Amino acid sequence: MSTQGDPLNLQSVRNRLASARGAGFWRSLDELSAAEGFQDFLHREFPRQAGEWLDDEGRRNFLKIMGASLALAGLGACTKQPTEYIMPYVEAPEKLVAGKPLFYATAFPVSGVANPILVETHEFRPTKVEGNPEHPASLGAADVPTQASVLGLYDPDRLQTLNNLGEIRSYSSFLLAFIGMLEKQRQKSPVGSGIRILTQTVTSPTLFAQIQDVLKLYPGAKWHQWEATGHGRRMGSQLAFGQFLNATYKFDQADVVLSIDANFLANGPGGVRYARDFAAKRVVRGGKKTQSRFYAVESTPTSTGAKADHRLPVKASDIAPFVHNLAAVLGGSAAASPFVASLAKDLLAAKGKSIVIAGEDQSPEVHAVVHYINQVLENNGKTVVLTASLEQKPVDQYADLQALVNDLNSNQVDLLLILGGNPVFDAPASLNLRGAIQLAKQRVRLGLYDDETSEVCQWVIPEAHPFEFWSDAPAYDGTISIIQPLIAPLYNGKSAHDLLVAFTETPEKTSHALVRDYWKTKHPGADFDNWWNHSVHDGFVKGSELPAVAKAEAKLVPASVSTSSSDGYDVSFHFDPYVLDGRYANNTWLQELPRPITRLTWDNAVVVSAKTAKELDVTDEDRVEVSVNGKTVWGSIWRVPGQPDGSLGLSLGYGRTRSGRAGNGAGFDVNPLRTLANPYSASGAKVKKLGEKFRLAAVQHHFAMEDRDPVRTGTLAEYLQDPNFAQKASETAPKGLTILPQTWEYKGYAWGMAIDLTACSGCNACVVACQAENNIAVTGKEQVLNTREMHWIRIDRYFSGTEDNPQSYFQPVACQQCETAPCEVVCPVAATSHDAEGLNNMVYNRCIGTRYCSNNCPYKVRRFNFLLDTDWETESIKMQRNPDVTVRSRGVMEKCTYCVQRINYAKIMAEKEDRRVADGEIVPACQSTCPSDAIAFGDLNDPKSRVTAWKREATDYSLLGELNTRPRTTYLADIRNPNPALSTDSAKGVS
Amino acid sequence: MAQPVELPDQIYVGPVIDEGHSLASVSDKVGNIVLKRKITLGWTLGLFLAIGLLQALAAGAVWLFMKGVGVWGINIPNGWGFAIINFVWWIGIGHAGTLISAILLLLNQSWRNAINRFAEAMTLFAVMCAGMFPVMHTGRPWLAYWMFPYPNTMDLWPQFRSPLLWDVFAVSTYFTISAVFWFVGLLPDLATLRDTSKKRWQQVIYGMLSMGWRGSARHWQRYEKASLLLAGLATPLVVSVHTVVSFDFAVSIIPGWHTTIFPPYFVAGAIYSGFAMVLTLMIPVRKFYGLDDIITMRHLNNMAKVTLATGMVVAYGYIMEAFFGYFSADKYEKFMIWNRMTGPYAVFYWCLILCNIVTPQFLWSKKIRTSPGILWIISIIVNIGMWLERFVIVVTSLHRDFLPSSWGYYAPTIWDWAVYIGTLGFFMTMILLFVRVLPLITIFELRMLLPGAQVREKVAH
Repeated sequence: MSTQGDPLNLQSVRNRLASARGAGFWRSLDELSAAEGFQDFLHREFPRQAGEWLDDEGRRNFLKIMGASLALAGLGACTKQPTEYIMPYVEAPEKLVAGKPLFYATAFPVSGVANPILVETHEFRPTKVEGNPEHPASLGAADVPTQASVLGLYDPDRLQTLNNLGEIRSYSSFLLAFIGMLEKQRQKSPVGSGIRILTQTVTSPTLFAQIQDVLKLYPGAKWHQWEATGHGRRMGSQLAFGQFLNATYKFDQADVVLSIDANFLANGPGGVRYARDFAAKRVVRGGKKTQSRFYAVESTPTSTGAKADHRLPVKASDIAPFVHNLAAVLGGSAAASPFVASLAKDLLAAKGKSIVIAGEDQSPEVHAVVHYINQVLENNGKTVVLTASLEQKPVDQYADLQALVNDLNSNQVDLLLILGGNPVFDAPASLNLRGAIQLAKQRVRLGLYDDETSEVCQWVIPEAHPFEFWSDAPAYDGTISIIQPLIAPLYNGKSAHDLLVAFTETPEKTSHALVRDYWKTKHPGADFDNWWNHSVHDGFVKGSELPAVAKAEAKLVPASVSTSSSDGYDVSFHFDPYVLDGRYANNTWLQELPRPITRLTWDNAVVVSAKTAKELDVTDEDRVEVSVNGKTVWGSIWRVPGQPDGSLGLSLGYGRTRSGRAGNGAGFDVNPLRTLANPYSASGAKVKKLGEKFRLAAVQHHFAMEDRDPVRTGTLAEYLQDPNFAQKASETAPKGLTILPQTWEYKGYAWGMAIDLTACSGCNACVVACQAENNIAVTGKEQVLNTREMHWIRIDRYFSGTEDNPQSYFQPVACQQCETAPCEVVCPVAATSHDAEGLNNMVYNRCIGTRYCSNNCPYKVRRFNFLLDTDWETESIKMQRNPDVTVRSRGVMEKCTYCVQRINYAKIMAEKEDRRVADGEIVPACQSTCPSDAIAFGDLNDPKSRVTAWKREATDYSLLGELNTRPRTTYLADIRNPNPALSTDSAKGVS
Repeated sequence: MAQPVELPDQIYVGPVIDEGHSLASVSDKVGNIVLKRKITLGWTLGLFLAIGLLQALAAGAVWLFMKGVGVWGINIPNGWGFAIINFVWWIGIGHAGTLISAILLLLNQSWRNAINRFAEAMTLFAVMCAGMFPVMHTGRPWLAYWMFPYPNTMDLWPQFRSPLLWDVFAVSTYFTISAVFWFVGLLPDLATLRDTSKKRWQQVIYGMLSMGWRGSARHWQRYEKASLLLAGLATPLVVSVHTVVSFDFAVSIIPGWHTTIFPPYFVAGAIYSGFAMVLTLMIPVRKFYGLDDIITMRHLNNMAKVTLATGMVVAYGYIMEAFFGYFSADKYEKFMIWNRMTGPYAVFYWCLILCNIVTPQFLWSKKIRTSPGILWIISIIVNIGMWLERFVIVVTSLHRDFLPSSWGYYAPTIWDWAVYIGTLGFFMTMILLFVRVLPLITIFELRMLLPGAQVREKVAH
């Protein structure tokens, strides 16, 4: 802009011309026209003041002034809030009482397998997931990813807009473009031959029917499935039986169980039910004095293997030879080791009453041999039920994905639809899927996140969370669940149903109509409405489990030629028990949930045994480079007792680069080391020490029990000999040991808890359930490094025995609600105090944060908000919070109170009906979700309650009872059933 | 002239006030430090340094109040760290003043007169430093007043069973009595300054502060009575404050804290560190202000002896602690003491033994007791040792308590250090200002030490 004199405007030009005289007039005009800015002025559409708007600088000024005046206007009336209108219900929704939660039955599918759940909603906000007690796959319990699913719904990093090449578009504009793409495909011969659809494993009958419809309309189109999980299981049955079968297990009927690297108590289809059944066979209480025997053969320690009576660490490359050898021994060959001999003897003795199960991250070959072994042991049809596959169209997904890549590489793909999943991240690196996908001309992606796969797609459509749309899925046994939405899509998310229906004449048909119409074809009767309402209400279709197949003959597959090289290290790849293949990497609850064995949060690690670490001259947190066949990844060393020597345990699902704020940069990606030929293990790995540290955030640093016996253990034989062995292990202060007269008698309720350590499988589901129920903050890796994690319940893990192959024990520890609580007397402001029912309450409002209570707590179960850990900013996270529990801010101590909000809710309900709270009416979040039913809670004054029955057991003991804290939570000793032929010192470390 | 004949020769080190002083010369010597002495470069630099360090406190406190106590290194299991260590350390330092002025007054130890004013001032400043920590260390400092039993609409009292509440009363009472005692003791000297000062503003200020003191016989008579009463009140406080502070630990159930020996051991430790701090400050002040004729070798010698005696009590405490750990046959106690000696903080434990038990043994030597330089170094080592003692008690007991699963590690952050160093800056600032504006030695009591005053003093008592 001109800075000399007045800015030019019409008035000033007129004035100048008027003031000019005679020849000067023209000269003036000449001069004027030559003057800086005059030409500019002439060419403007509008005079100066109006013309300002075209000028960028001017516009900025204008906005500045606007902004400033708005701010000043705001100053004039600071307290004035913008007017917002809230609408009362014209018709109140049925059954809605403000402040009272409603529970809806639905299912959360993981790898296509439904986890049946009830979702607690407050005013239509889903806040908490519970298992569906009526469903055979849940019986009221839920596993870790299912518990954490509600946070996934509110994840602020979810893809929130529909993008085309980075520009935000509407769904209708996508549909318009999509119809254009389809139009081109219709010209092709065969019709649609440029279309490829890539889905995850499809188990939904409705979705499959839709795919069939699309393939009918576009016969040239091809449909591919890819999901990192489930391959070994799927192809193993194909290999053994020649057909795709689904195996389910009846652990409640198995006397001997052998796990081949199977983490069946924590992950995989049916894990929740298996944990319940397995625990039922293991617990020694209520007069039951028998136990099943559990062997585990593992290439890396898992929480399931930690429960084994005998555990054998075996390198990943030796697992297949091991099962082949076992099959041979069962067939009569001589056993090479006492372990195998005893194992074979036990298995043969329990013919028809044993289970051999192979893990998710085992090869088809291992699965096939295991099927054969089960057949030899006459388990099939008894403890192992073989049904048709849960999948609508089981295929070899590695081959299927390879076929897609081949088509992509030969430029045959015009329109690639990627529905869900994240194949660019989780497919084996050797496929180079990232490059191949970009060869498709049009790439449409439906995804929950703007992730690695979305990055290479042109159209990126936000996917709806399973809580936001209608669908259907089978549980582990085939029982169909109708998945109903609990909330309208938060970000206008679409489901695979919505995208597939876009191919048809009715592109706007809703998922509700699709699912309902599909099931109407299956139940054409007049009672369909009734059937439908019942099925939706119950969360599943009763009696829809798959029948056992009539005949399935497993053949013994020949042992593959071992390609493992003897030099270098063995590598085994495992799905992380929580983030699995990386799909839940952005879930902060899962990231901060300690892994059961490593106790690590926020990262994966290079897991090695102490001996291997010494060999490599590395120690914990040393950064190393692991290279296999020229591919290199880096990781940080973590020594774990029980890891086979000479082997590295690497978990998948980490090193995400575009998962969101929580998952980005957490851990390292091991996918580059995996090959299509052998995605489960590798050998000949080289490890190079980088000479620097990468800190790993563990929540537990000391793993020996010292001489304190926090976990009391014994063998079944010892128990039978002396049932009171646990109580004798350490002195307990006699009841009533006090210098004060006893002044309080608990006459009303006296709440208490018992935890059966034999049952606890260390899965950590209780920890997430507690976090969801009690609005517990996530603190982040930096804070965990300084042991400031906030979990109110933690699962301590101890080792005993030898470092090579220790016995592992789990112990869930939450506030013990001591009757003589050391925390209460030291609080200067009475912020933590006892109530009339024996609860050690925590009054957040009163707490000033001296932390004295935590110091004086011998169990260290109190948690402090050292910083402002609670997210007060993110709107979506606020929606998850339980309105019945105070959201804590910084400077306040917090801890478990047996879910006092649930206790009070039940008490109010009971008082309204003028009765006592019945046993089982109050279920704390931890107990409610516990897959192995290891927790009992109730009224100690009720002699018939479940908890008092547990506490009457001879194995019941108080943790640190010698301190005379008189905890209300007690433990039932961990009883194991080792094979006498194998064990020497049975109580302390069997091998 | 001055011949304290009561002392046997082998103990006699020197007079409590050197020869050649008269009533007027004593008043001038001490009063002129305040009234006439020019502001020296050394003092200015010292004040700059002190105020510079004080800024660390400002920054540390601002950041702390903005972010929360999580800026410090504390965690679970180590709920307490530097804040409590420093609190106990400063409170301990604050013990010397009252001990010197009250107990030694009651015991008629006249040599105390040259040092009691300074020691009392140091006490007040140390207690101020200590008092900052409990407030800062709370998670919600804006609610720390809930620890006081004030009438409120919540109808809630504090929880009287908590040792932290006892602390509130013990420390606030101690501070109040110490401040009153100190101020009452200042009155005659403030009047002296009022009367000798030449500048109007000095006359006005000291005039107001001296509260109309005219030195009449009635004034003196009441003064002496008040001093005795206050000394009587303050004496139990010397014992009670650190006893109560030790209850913070002794009342808990944590191995390493739950120890009956703590009250006497803490009181002895407090006197030990208090005397060490008096020596640390007195020796340079004596030198810079040329007061070696008033604060004589006799004083240094006596203070060194008290330091040695209390140091031996502290040493006994350490030995008993280790012995009890072994003798209790309690697995937690045994582990605790073993962990202290060999665990991750073992180096701190052994440094503590070196500083607090080995170093004071040099004080058996009279030669060392009467060499200000060595004495000064020893006093600093003792101060460090006493800080380490609190560190060892607070940190090593908490970091590995009952359940091995919750064992952890504590390391201070830069903000822990900032606040600690900041309080040192505050302390130094206060001391430097004090020596400039108030008589750092009790003038009238010094006069009593003069030979001409001997008889009168005896009559007064």
